[in-house]
Amino acid sequence: MTLLETERVIVAPSRRGTTPRREGRGRGGAGYFFVAGYALLLLAFGVFPTGYAFYLAFTNDRGQFTGLNQFVKVIQDYRFAPAFTHMLIYLVMWLVTLVVLVVLTAVILRSRVRPGTSALFRFLYYIPGALAGVASVLVWLFMLDPDVSPVSWLLTSMGLKTFAAVLAPGNLPLILMLIAFWTGAGGWMVVMYGALNNIPDEVLEAARMDGAGPWQTAWHIQIPMIRQWITYMTIMAFATGTQLFVEPQLLQTASLGRVSPTWSPNQLAYVYAFQQGDFNGAAAISVVLLAVGLLAAALLVARSNLFTLDEK
Amino acid sequence: MESSPSPRTGRRHSLLRTAAVTLSLATTAVLAGCASADTTTDSSSGQSAFKPAAQKEGSRITVWADSTRLPSVQAYQKSHPDVKMKIVTYDGGADGSTYLQSKVQLFDRTGSGWPDVVFGAPTDVTWASEATKPGGQPFAAPLDAKLVPRSTLDGFAKGSLTPCEFNGHTYCMRNDIAQVLLWYNKPLMDNWGYKVPTTWQEYEALGEQVAKDHPGYLVGSVGDTNSHESYFWSGQCPAFNLVKPDTLRTDLRDPKCTRMAKLLDNLISAKAVATQGFFSQGFAKNSGSKVLMAYGPSWYGQYLFKAGFKTPAKQIAAAPPLAWKGESTTATGNVGGGVWMVSSHSANLKASTGLVTWLTTSDENQATAPTYPAYAQAAKAWLANPANRDYFANDVSKPFEQAANEVWTGWSNTRFSDSTAWSSVVLPALTAGKSLTETLPAWQQEIAGEAKTQGYKVVDQ
Repeated sequence: MTLLETERVIVAPSRRGTTPRREGRGRGGAGYFFVAGYALLLLAFGVFPTGYAFYLAFTNDRGQFTGLNQFVKVIQDYRFAPAFTHMLIYLVMWLVTLVVLVVLTAVILRSRVRPGTSALFRFLYYIPGALAGVASVLVWLFMLDPDVSPVSWLLTSMGLKTFAAVLAPGNLPLILMLIAFWTGAGGWMVVMYGALNNIPDEVLEAARMDGAGPWQTAWHIQIPMIRQWITYMTIMAFATGTQLFVEPQLLQTASLGRVSPTWSPNQLAYVYAFQQGDFNGAAAISVVLLAVGLLAAALLVARSNLFTLDEK
Repeated sequence: MESSPSPRTGRRHSLLRTAAVTLSLATTAVLAGCASADTTTDSSSGQSAFKPAAQKEGSRITVWADSTRLPSVQAYQKSHPDVKMKIVTYDGGADGSTYLQSKVQLFDRTGSGWPDVVFGAPTDVTWASEATKPGGQPFAAPLDAKLVPRSTLDGFAKGSLTPCEFNGHTYCMRNDIAQVLLWYNKPLMDNWGYKVPTTWQEYEALGEQVAKDHPGYLVGSVGDTNSHESYFWSGQCPAFNLVKPDTLRTDLRDPKCTRMAKLLDNLISAKAVATQGFFSQGFAKNSGSKVLMAYGPSWYGQYLFKAGFKTPAKQIAAAPPLAWKGESTTATGNVGGGVWMVSSHSANLKASTGLVTWLTTSDENQATAPTYPAYAQAAKAWLANPANRDYFANDVSKPFEQAANEVWTGWSNTRFSDSTAWSSVVLPALTAGKSLTETLPAWQQEIAGEAKTQGYKVVDQ
């Protein structure tokens, strides 16, 4: 919501031709200053580490050039395929649930609920997102342990009598998806609500006049008009999804090792770096993850015209 | 652009072709002429003479200890005020934590920051005795090289320093051992007229009897991260057997493994052995009072029965390890037992070694230590301490001492934790209702996979 409004405020005056003032004097001076802080941090903690990872991924611990050998080595690792399969299953479940439920909830909150109630719900949905990742995992550790869970009747009715049974390997993608949805979806609902708010009332009214019901309006008017926001959410969620680390790592500790320490690719990279002392192999895995993320983003951007300015 | 397609497209095609050819050529060149991606395994560096850092008399030493051993270190500080110490608490390598290893990896990269003395798990010695990068110095100092007298090292219980020994040097001093023996509830056994088993066959028979007579009572559990060390190590199963420093033999089809798996499967299906761990959430509350027998380490007495299950005093008794009927030698397992290491980068080796020697060998510290001392002389003092024996229903000295000398040495200290494969592959399978026997191949495969990524050659014969 805030993002969109800010954008409108910034973009609108310049379109109306008030630009001469900006072009006239001190163009950049202050701008560069304000951008510098972020740019420096980005260089130090974003660009430089990425470059270093590339350097490591193509060399060995003696600094010799290895070509693609590091990649061949990690891909042949017996833990590589399972880790990426786990990630893929998790990603599909998480992205589908996220997109469907977030958009649905936002549409309902926007069109079918009174503004006061809607604000309350948005606030409630957002709260879990305010917790740090670790804290939310701890909450779920209680929720999922039949001995202490407030919903233990639900777990036991599904035949899950012990924490160990809950954490069976087949259940993990679902559990991690629940955690991710619970922490991440609220924030996106607020953003989607804002995007829906941005649709001019005249458009909705015109739809109503033409006889569109609430679901038709949602399907034919509202969702197509916030498509770019949905794409944006998908790209961001995909990126965080591929970086899955804290949640399975904590489940691994809390379950006393019943969850594999190399469940996700990021965990595998961690094991490579800090247990095998193979920073180069770890870098190769991270470069593979980067490539996967970039590829997916590029695909989504190209398919959705995310960066095309719409001429309103 | 779209108005004149033909020449453009043609040029683009040829461009594409050139690009493809160049790329494939480059790839071949890149793949052909480059160095190996393997990390340097420099096991020879351990043999090169140990070069201590520049020594600074009286300089402050940093000590990393787990919370259980923290009081010992603090006691030393109190009785030796002249030694300047900084004490840091950390997880001590419990439950396969790799905190120390991760930190040392980073210290090796930055070239500073190492603690002088650390408490750790035996697994930690495997990497600490080797350099983490070419030309580097192993983190652990070889203690037998002029730091600790031979006579002191000879005073440890038989085989208890084996996990410390690499390349002919001793890199750690064992703090405690966790020899596995048979625990039982004496009043219950007496009331029900059961005889304490001395062989595995008797154990199995008694377990089946208990399941019939007193359903719900247990003679053991296989559901903990370390249960395999209680059962399969005791059973002399060659799961983690280093036949050479770089060759691991893992053969779970060996009869010594399969007979233990079969025995446990029988008891699991009779519901006399639990697949839920003794230490898992809720076990103490739900089943803690139903444990008739347990096969596990010497610290079960204080930490499982007294602290975990809150069993009243004078009920729990210990018996020597079980033997297989018809076999003359008894062997037992070991579940944990920490070690103390001195950093090879320490600027005050004298103070560091002094601390480690006091911690591991002195009666003053070990008689009141929380766990059974590895140093034989100190173990006698420990057993003589009423606080360590008054809780039990029988005299535990004999079984403890016997078990301490029967720990099987064929279960090697490897560069990877022996618990990972057991807890992440075998335990979930057991929870899902599979039998141990049918899970053995998957367990072996996981051990072999882990071993290979750690640079071991794996054999299964």
